[in-house]
Order: sequence, then structure tokens, then C-alpha cells
Amino acid sequence: MALPKHASLLERIWHKTYLVICGLIFLFLISPILIVIPLSFNAEPYFTFTEKMLSFDPTGFSTRWYDLLLTFGMTEPDAPRDGSWWADAWANSNWIGAAKNSVIIGFFSTLLATVLGTLAALGLSRPEMPFRRAIMAILISPMIVPIIITATGLFFFYSKTGLANSYLGIIMAHATLGIPFVIITVTATLVGFDHSLTRAAANLGATPTKTFFTIIMPLILPGVISGALFAFVTSFDEVVVVLFVAAHDQQTIPRQMWNGIREQISPAILSVATILVIISIALLTTVEVLRRRGERLRGISPQ
Amino acid sequence: MADATADIIQSQPQKLTTKDGKPLKAALAASQSRAKRKAFFLVLPLLAFMVLTFVMPIVQMLHQSVYNPGFTIHEDVISKEQTPIMVNLRDWFDENPRGTEPDETAYAAIVQDLIVLRELRAQGQAGTRINYERSGSRSLFTKSARRAPRMEAPFKQALLEIDEEWGDPELWAAMRDASSAYTPNFYLAAIDLTRTDDGSVERVNENRALYVNLFQRTLFLSVLITFLTFVLAYPIAHLLATLPLRYSNLLMIFVLLPFWTSLLVRTTSWMVLLQSQGVLNDAMVGTGILADENRIQMMYNQTGTIVAMTHILLPFMVLPLYSVMRPINPSYVRAARSLGATSWTAFRRIYFPQTVPGIGAGALLVFILAVGYYITPALVGGADGQLISNLIAFHMQKSLNWSLAAALASILLAGILILYWLYDRLIGIDNLKLG
Amino acid sequence: MKTKTILLATALTSAAFAAQAAEVTVMSWGGAYTKSQVEAYHKPFQEQMGITVNSVDSDNPATPIKAQVEAGNVTVDVADVEFSDAVRLCDEGLLMEIDHSMLPAAPDGTSAADDFIEGALQDCAVANIVWSTVFAYNTENNPTAPDSIDDFFNTADFPGKRGLRKSAKATLEMALMADGVPAADVYSILETEEGVDRAFAKLDTIKDDIVWWEAGAQPPQLLADGEVAMSTAYNGRIFNAAVAENQPLEVVWDGQILDFDLFVVPKGAPNVEEAMKFIAFSTDTQRLADQASWISYGPARKSSGALVGKFMDGETDMAPHMPTAEANLGNALVNNFEFWVDNDAELNERFNAWLAQ
Repeated sequence: MALPKHASLLERIWHKTYLVICGLIFLFLISPILIVIPLSFNAEPYFTFTEKMLSFDPTGFSTRWYDLLLTFGMTEPDAPRDGSWWADAWANSNWIGAAKNSVIIGFFSTLLATVLGTLAALGLSRPEMPFRRAIMAILISPMIVPIIITATGLFFFYSKTGLANSYLGIIMAHATLGIPFVIITVTATLVGFDHSLTRAAANLGATPTKTFFTIIMPLILPGVISGALFAFVTSFDEVVVVLFVAAHDQQTIPRQMWNGIREQISPAILSVATILVIISIALLTTVEVLRRRGERLRGISPQ
Repeated sequence: MADATADIIQSQPQKLTTKDGKPLKAALAASQSRAKRKAFFLVLPLLAFMVLTFVMPIVQMLHQSVYNPGFTIHEDVISKEQTPIMVNLRDWFDENPRGTEPDETAYAAIVQDLIVLRELRAQGQAGTRINYERSGSRSLFTKSARRAPRMEAPFKQALLEIDEEWGDPELWAAMRDASSAYTPNFYLAAIDLTRTDDGSVERVNENRALYVNLFQRTLFLSVLITFLTFVLAYPIAHLLATLPLRYSNLLMIFVLLPFWTSLLVRTTSWMVLLQSQGVLNDAMVGTGILADENRIQMMYNQTGTIVAMTHILLPFMVLPLYSVMRPINPSYVRAARSLGATSWTAFRRIYFPQTVPGIGAGALLVFILAVGYYITPALVGGADGQLISNLIAFHMQKSLNWSLAAALASILLAGILILYWLYDRLIGIDNLKLG
Repeated sequence: MKTKTILLATALTSAAFAAQAAEVTVMSWGGAYTKSQVEAYHKPFQEQMGITVNSVDSDNPATPIKAQVEAGNVTVDVADVEFSDAVRLCDEGLLMEIDHSMLPAAPDGTSAADDFIEGALQDCAVANIVWSTVFAYNTENNPTAPDSIDDFFNTADFPGKRGLRKSAKATLEMALMADGVPAADVYSILETEEGVDRAFAKLDTIKDDIVWWEAGAQPPQLLADGEVAMSTAYNGRIFNAAVAENQPLEVVWDGQILDFDLFVVPKGAPNVEEAMKFIAFSTDTQRLADQASWISYGPARKSSGALVGKFMDGETDMAPHMPTAEANLGNALVNNFEFWVDNDAELNERFNAWLAQ
């Protein structure tokens, strides 16, 4: 994007302005996400930078809001912090309880979405797949249909079938929401997949199962994993379906956040947000590494 | 070689067969359909699963939007036993066509039915159903049912003594409409229409009209947000596409990180920034741009919705633009420049047209997602930043008018599906990329 | 795959098993109010009866329980609802009837029927507190202290945003009182179409300055953060923020609207027996008095009054902070539950249309 040497003055000025504009847009993109990190260490219950924070006075910062995440809901939060304190936190802390639920729901819905989604993607990527386009459109639609509509439908359907207020119901709903991501990422790794490889394996006497695990699986694994991560994040971040079909004591992290935000955005919410931002950075890195690895494996080099 | 082939064809005038004697064509077809079946069987489990967890719920919702048995069947909460209600009145409706002046037998039928309602404690349910058609009717039913067992003939007079409204032809029209469980009236209500006493359709009273306005606002805000994301996404997508890969991959993180961050986290951040005691206002007051008492209200109104949603949807515009811009060959623009075009002309005539598919893909995607947004407007939108999804949630969770919620959702769904179909036509759903 | 299925099965069944121990799920309004109930009712109940109490919060428990009963999947055993909602839900057959004879007598032997204040015992509901909707202000953001309901609607002399509950109930009454209607005439005027128009016209004058709240914990937060200068609120929430958390908040009692909160049991509740035990336990003389030492709501039993003393800090006298204190009743309105039983749906519909316009 370097300017040629013969660029006129006007073009130079425009180019500089353009870079500044881009910088501002990048700032717009990233600052709301990073702003919560320092604020979560605020010693005061405000959502803005205090004098002390701006002058980097250590007394302006504290980890009290992170501590509150542990103690909120505990029976004896002020007891000495020994084994039984931690046991109390593990059993009674609202946020830890919500995290447990989120992980259980996230894990099983991801499993379901990934297994079913990968199989379907394998079928969809075969050239002889009938009604490919229509079926693909149906499978991707949970991503397009507004979540409020899905949640409304699930509320009616689950009330009739007795799946309301059950973990199974939420897991199935979240799996449905994660499936489009698995389909998209796995079919993307299957683009340019050389079908002669499986035929060769079959010719050499491999059973279909063996072919799948030794030939296909290693090639599509990066796609499967990033699809699974997408599915997990979808479930981990989902609040509307939970609000509509889950029982009132089935708290998840987003639901707890939703309640917290509507009542009061204390910096405790910001410390949860910070933890979630760190998790998303980790996930993003994993997915990027996997994507590049996948491209290398399939011999598609980045331009 | 060509001769040899010709020889074979000539020497074998009969059909080609496989080794075991089947005609080749049939064998090929069989093997092809086997492959088709195999491919289909791989997809089948997921398809079955999705029918259960996605298609059936939506069908159920569509059903709910035209079906409301509030005035015809009462179901006991515990025993699940179903009892038909308003039987006498519905019989009267069957015998007398629309427009018949309700006579003493009609009023007697209502009183009979009210007594049954009271025994079942279903007067609230029946009243609520009529209230959907005609505001103010719920209490009419509850108070009349309370007194029904003590009423004596003539019933018309007895009912009118409780409330004049029992003589209102609009009420009778509403009851006639509600006496069949299947009704299109919730769709009418969803577009601010109502039925008059002779069954024709008219607009509702101005101070109750709501939904058309809200659909318009949803469309307007979605268009605005789509446009804003385009304006912001175009320059950075261009920068990302023209920088060397090692820089652009790094900068790409700025686009992908928001994409991977929890929606609630991003909305919370915007609340922190936009509050009147929040970071932005504080910064402006602190630097003297703004007086302390003039803090700007940027949240709990449309501004909040627009700003936060533009930020949240921006990556969905950047990514398709980037994937279209990346492969554009810079030599076209250079050629145009060397032929004397100004840089503006070169951009407008050569570069921009090549990015139009990306703009289409991004705009359509952002628009589809924006139209159905719920969480962000609910948290930062205040009263005038609410979208149609928020009203659906309101009727699902607060007013509990589920049929109206279903009707609103069905209208929204129809709009989305048309856009989705368009997207698939123009861009192809398999070209959807994530990061 | 198989081990995973087993894992899934265990996860699901263990969740099911957990639900089988004796327990009762109580839905209330969250924040300081739920805390007062947890301290005064749930903890002693759990200790003495060995029944686990699960506490869940809602902006207004009447709506979720109605939704649960109508959808046929009830998870809540006891809910804490407003007067008009208790009567309305009972009329609609969504609540269990409560046998008043199971309620314990006062310590001096007065029967429950005589001990509860008038209206506190309903077919399907037992009241626990008297509370009120008031408006409060942040002393730091209001150079001149507002002292009447008119000031709440007067943004010219008292600049700043206003917090109001996103619901027609209480909002319309306050608008009329600010418009000069005496408390005694509010409901007769609100029964007419013109009266409703008048209330909305009054609200129109401050519409652009209103920040709407839904959960009871929001107004003290909005006031403390300076997001609004004045806000309507449940009086106990303001008391707790001011006394327990030292926020600079002050209640204005002029134009307060008194109401009951009552315990109800939704039909189809999973643990009806435990629910009834919980209600009988929680509404005895001592528990109601105990609750009043956690939050400034008046107990629904006459016999509890004498036992109410100081707030948990051991210093603050509760009596002057109660909505029923003589000094606070100057211009008070008692919520007319019959009016709201009959008109709730219609007025909220109009209210929502007005909000969106």
C-alpha cells in the first residue's frame, strides 16, 4: 500500500488522512473490548476511570470485583480461606455455579453439533449429494433466523413435549445453533478435497471406517476443531434461548450477566467480561493457528 | 485411435454391459444412486435432528399464530383435562348469521356459559381472549362471571345492568371471531388492523397503533446500521487487502477479536462507554469540551442502539469485503492511472465495481442480522431504540399474548427468509466464511 | 462415543436426583428485598424444617408464574406478588387456594384471621409486607430538595433525568397526583377515558427525560450513579441503599402509593406441601417482624408491629422509615387493587403503545 514515488502532494495528504481514518476505525473496533479490562480493577464501584487510576496510583486498583465473583452467593464468605472456604465457593458461589452449567451445556451441545455436523458436511461435500443447495440452506438457517424467533418456537414446542426446564432441552437447542458453524468450517476444509485419496484407500483394501479415520479425519481435523470451538462459543454466549426455555435455577454465565447488567453494572460484571475477553483471545488464537495448519496440510498456501 | 473406437462400436452393435451382464447405463445409474443414497445418509441424522429442534418448533410457532383456543377450550392445569367452554353461545352463533341482533336466547346462552366459566375458573382466560380483539373486555367477563350464578331472567337486562358494554355490537363481533379457535386476527393485530362489528377490517385507534411503526423503525435502523457498517468497513477492508499479508494478518485480529467476544461483553462495554457518567462523557467533561451539566444522553435511546449495533455487526461487513478485495489485481488500477485517469476516477470506474459483490454480500448479511436483533436494543435502547424483536419478547414474557408474539415473529421470519433466499441466489450460502 | 453417552446420562440423572431432596423454590423480586427474605425466612426455615429453599429472582414474579402455569411447566413453588396480581391470578384459576387455618396464631393467642391487617388474607394469597412506591432523589445532584410529587414532574425547576417503572401501574396514579388530583379521587378519575388521557398528557411533559427501569434494584443504582436525578422506587430499596450502603439518597413520601406483597402458590407447583409449610412459617409474628429489621417494609400482622425495632446496623430506628408511619401518610394513596385487576391489561397495552410512539 506504499504510495509510488511520483505521487502528488494532494495524494500524499489524502493517503495520510486515509491511514488516520483507518486507525480510528480500528480504534472503534477494539477499544470497547479492551476498555473493560482496566476498569475491572477499579477500587471504586464506578464504571469510569478515577483520578487515582489515571495517575497509576496503586490504591486506585484492586481485585475486589474478582473476589466478589467467588464470594457472591457463598454461605460463609468471610470465613478464613482454607479448604472448606474453597469448598463453599465451589458449591455455592453463584458465578461458579453458572460457569459449571455453561461448561456442561457447552460441552454436550458442542459434541452433538460437531458429530452430526461433521457427518453431514462429509455428505454435503460429495459431488453426488442430491438437493445439496436446499439442504445446505436449511442447515445454515439457525444462524440466519433471529434468535428470538427460534427461542419463541422452542418455548411452544418444549412446553408441549416436556423438554422445557431440562438440561437436555437447552443442550439440543444450543447444538442446533452451533451446527451452521460446524457445517461451514468443515465444508470449507473439504473444498478442494481430493476424492481420489479415498478411492485409492478403498482400492488398497481399507474399510470405509479405516479410510475415514486414517485419510479423511486428519485432513479435516482443523476444520472440525474450529467448528467445534465456534459451536462452543455460540453456546457459551447464548442467553435468549436460556431465558425462554430454561428453569429459573438453571443459571449460565450469560444469563447471570444479563441479570447483572439490567440491575446494575457493577465492576463485578466487568471482571466477568474481562475473563471472557481473555478466553476469546485464546480461542481466536487457536482457530487462527488451526486455519493456517489446515491450509498448509491441504497445500493451499496463503497468497 | 479414432478408427479403432469406430471399429469397436461397429462390431458391438448391442448395448454396453458390465462383466456380469447388466447394461452399463443401468449399472452406472445404480451406482450413482447408491452414492447419492450414501451421501444422503450421512446428512440424514443431522436433518432429522434439525427437524426436531428447529423445524418443528417453528411450525409450532406458526400454528400458534393462527390458533388460540382461549374462547373454546379450557384445559385444567393439573389434570390436563380439556373442557369445551362457551358451548351455548357458540351454538347460537352457528344458528344465527353475522349481523343478527343478539336476542334474549343469546344473552341466556352467555349467562349459562359464564356460570360454567366460573366453575372452571376460566373467566379470565375467556375474557383475555376477547380482550385481544377488543380492549376492556377482560374485566367484563371476570365481573359478570362473578355475578352470573345469581342472575335471573330476563338475562339481557341483567347483563346490561352489570355493564352497558354487553350491548355493544363490536363485542359481539369479537366473540363471534373468537368462537373459532383458528383465526387470522392476530396477523391483523400485528399490522395494527382490527375488525369492525360487520367483520370488515379497519385501522386501530391511533393511540394503540404500534406495530407498523415499529416494523418501519426496525427497517429504518437496520438500513442505517448497514450503511454505517459499510462506510466504516470499506476503508479498513481495503487497507487489509492491500497490505502485505504479515501486517494484514496482524491487523485482522482487530476485526476478529470483536467477532469472537461475547455479545453481552460488547454490549456491556458500550454501556460503560456511553453512560452519562461513563467513560466518553467523563473524558469530554474532563477535557473541557463539555460542561458537567450538559452531559450527552447517548444511551437508553436510539443512539445507543445504533452505535452498539454498528460496532457489533461491523466484522460481518469487513470479512466479505476483504475476501472480495484481496484477489483484486492492482495492475488494473495502475493501468487506468497510466492511461491518464485521476486516482478518484480509477477508484470509481475500476476498483469499486470489482468490490460490488462483496458489498452486496456484506450488506445483505448485516441487514439480515440487524433486523432480528434483540439483546443489544433491549439493554441500551431505552424506549425509542427498541426493535420488533423486543416487542416479540415483550409479548412472550410480559403481556403473555403468545399468539400475537407468534404472528409478529412469523411476519419477521417471512421477511428474513426472503432475504435469505436472495442471499443464497446472489452470493450462495456456501460462500459464507467465518474468519 | 459410548462413554460420552454414559457421561451425558449421568450428568442428566444427577441433575434429576438433586431435584428429589425436600426443597421449595421461592420466587421474589431480587436485590435487597430478596436478601431480607433470605435472612428472615429462608435461613431459619431451612434450619428448623430441613427443607432447602431455592431463591430465584424476577422483575415481577406474577408474569413468569402466569407464563409457567399457562405453558404447563411450573418450576416455582411460592411466588411473591402484588395485591392486584394475586387477586387476578386467583380469579383466572392459576393459583392454589390457601387454607387460612394453617396459619399460626399470634403469640397472645389472637387468631391469624384477626391478626392480619385488613385485606392481607385472600383466597389464594397471604400478605407478608406493606410496601410503597415512592420517589427518591440523589441529594448531591439536586441543589434544591424536591418535596412534593409535583416536583418530580417539574423538570424546569428541578432539572435532570427521571427514572420511572416501565409499567402503567403507579405511573399513571403519580401523574394524576402531580397534575393536582387529590389522592382520594385518583381512581375515580382514572376510570374515565379522559382521566387516562390526562395522565398520559402529564407523562408527555417529561417523556424525553425518562429512563425506564424494570427491576427493583435499578433505581438506587441509577440514582447513585447519577444517571437520573430522581426516580420512582420501592421505598425499601432506597432505605437500604441509603442506610446500609451510605448512598446520598432521600425518599419523598408525598404521593406514595401503598400496596401489599403476598405469597401465592401457582397451580401445578412441584412441591405444594413444602410451599404451604413455607408460607405458614414465614408469615408468623416473629418472622414478619424479623424481616422488617432488614428492609423498611411494614409487616402484614398487627402483632409484629411491636417487635419491630432497629435496622441490622443496631442504630437506625425502623419506625420512621416505614411507609405506614403517621408522618409519611400525609398525601398517600392506597393502591386500588380492584381497579388494577380490571384494567391492568388494557392500560398496559395503551402504555406500551404510548412508549413506542
